[in-house]
Amino acid sequence: MTQGARLFAPDGAILRRHRDVLPNGARRAATRLGALILVIGTVAFAVWWLDLGADQLGTGLRQLGKFVALMFPPATGGHLMLFLHAMGETLAIAFLGTLVAATLAFPVSFLAAENTAPSSIVRFLVRRGFDTIRGVDVLIWALVFVGVVGLGPFAGILAIAVSDSGAFGKLFSEAIEEADRKPLEGVLAAGGSKVVAVRFALIPQVLPVLVSQVLYFFESNVRSATIIGIVGAGGIGLQLSEQIRTYDFDQMSFVIIMILVTVAAIDWMSARLRHAVIGPASG
Amino acid sequence: MSSGLLSLSHERIEQLLAGYARAVARRRWQFFAGCVIMLVLTLFAAHFGEVDLSYLAHHIAAFTSYFSRILPPLHFASFRHDVAEWYWNLGGWLKLLLDTVLIAYLATLAGALCAFAASFYAATNLSPAAPIRFAMTRLLEFCRTVPDIVFALLFVAAFGLGPLPGVLAIAIHTFGALGKLFTEVIENIDMKPVEGVRSTGATFLETVRFAAVPQVLSGFASYALLRFEINVRSGTVIGLVGAGGIGQDLFVAIRKFYYTDVSAILLMIIITVAAIDVVTGHIRQRLAGLEATR
Repeated sequence: MTQGARLFAPDGAILRRHRDVLPNGARRAATRLGALILVIGTVAFAVWWLDLGADQLGTGLRQLGKFVALMFPPATGGHLMLFLHAMGETLAIAFLGTLVAATLAFPVSFLAAENTAPSSIVRFLVRRGFDTIRGVDVLIWALVFVGVVGLGPFAGILAIAVSDSGAFGKLFSEAIEEADRKPLEGVLAAGGSKVVAVRFALIPQVLPVLVSQVLYFFESNVRSATIIGIVGAGGIGLQLSEQIRTYDFDQMSFVIIMILVTVAAIDWMSARLRHAVIGPASG
Repeated sequence: MSSGLLSLSHERIEQLLAGYARAVARRRWQFFAGCVIMLVLTLFAAHFGEVDLSYLAHHIAAFTSYFSRILPPLHFASFRHDVAEWYWNLGGWLKLLLDTVLIAYLATLAGALCAFAASFYAATNLSPAAPIRFAMTRLLEFCRTVPDIVFALLFVAAFGLGPLPGVLAIAIHTFGALGKLFTEVIENIDMKPVEGVRSTGATFLETVRFAAVPQVLSGFASYALLRFEINVRSGTVIGLVGAGGIGQDLFVAIRKFYYTDVSAILLMIIITVAAIDVVTGHIRQRLAGLEATR
């Protein structure tokens, strides 16, 4: 900096001419200070507003320490079969939920894509519909469906199916919009109808992308399916919340390890499948 | 008909058609096998998931009527009065919504700061030692694989009801998720400044400060803002297990069938999330612009 200052010293002409491209030290320092004050001020306000106290943190941490000590060693408590069944339920919820969501979203997504939508009004309405569905968290959908079909995994399947159909609809329609137009024009020029064009020119292009997205969502749904049990929608989450309520922390840590292993295994399998699907298409 | 059109000999056509049939047959067979596997898996999963379509068919009316019932009775003549009735607890809900946003803010900040510190140890190109890197990546993995609501459940048991367990739960999850993204940003930096600083005999911290941080800061900020938006969404649901925010009232409204309250709260959540979406998206775009001009 000092060398730079000396360089510009003789007359300020160069400095003045290029002032707008040179970093303005004072202004930058002021903005930084302002931003820092804003961030810290908001933190202080949040701590005051939420009434977060150091004593609650202290007693809580001591309590948490006891819980963690109770978690080791992890134990099944003789409920291994129950846990395995609940895990199977979780996988079933994720699988069926993803499948139903994809099946529901696939035809509707053509109505939301710019190049296949019958009219811009339909497209707008379908898009807003997808947005609204996505705006509501899967746990809230699960709560609603527990009210409709009662406690159990079926409510979980419906919750994941509905909440993901919104996400799939958006992603699918974007994939369709990105497809190459030329094959479509080719089929239309050869005398094919619009439906035939979609079937032979569009679907072969987008299918690998869609399948890989579905697999990706299956992975993420295995995670979601582990938690919707907390509100009563079946799966391993129910066991988890029961164990926390009854302070069976050794069983809880066992279940968490089970979840981690299952999620890792599913991720690994699905990543391999995704590469198998995407590989030939891109190669 | 035999004008200028390309004509192939009969045998050649048959040969080609047979080849096409073979190629398609193989794909059809694969497709068919895939369908059978999917069908078997579906039936198996349906059995496990206690799918009861007849029950759903009987109760689908309850589902559709649920949505008609949560819609408020709005009439054009008494519109203002109806809206006022619908949002009878607007003040209380706004306070809870502010709770949710502040929980997300604190959690994002805390998680991002910890992730910032951790990511330099977890990145392959900067980490001082392989064992530290291994331990750090495993820790980050654990924190992001366990869902934040599970942490929230555990923390509610430890800390009691209120926003504190919510902040901690979301912060831990944010730490794991951002830590991974930050690590990837660091692994993609230009290594020349790092080598330059290292060659002057700088320590690990000095290298990080003067060679890595200036390169990654805008990327980090962009990811942290994206995470803030995600955390506002999580902040609305952690209340379901008693960890503060608007979720608590939503939970009560759904469980006790206060129908119009459900739609009122949901609408407020959707609008808030959309607004934060727009604002953070705008800031992120400006950050990307800064990145491009540098």
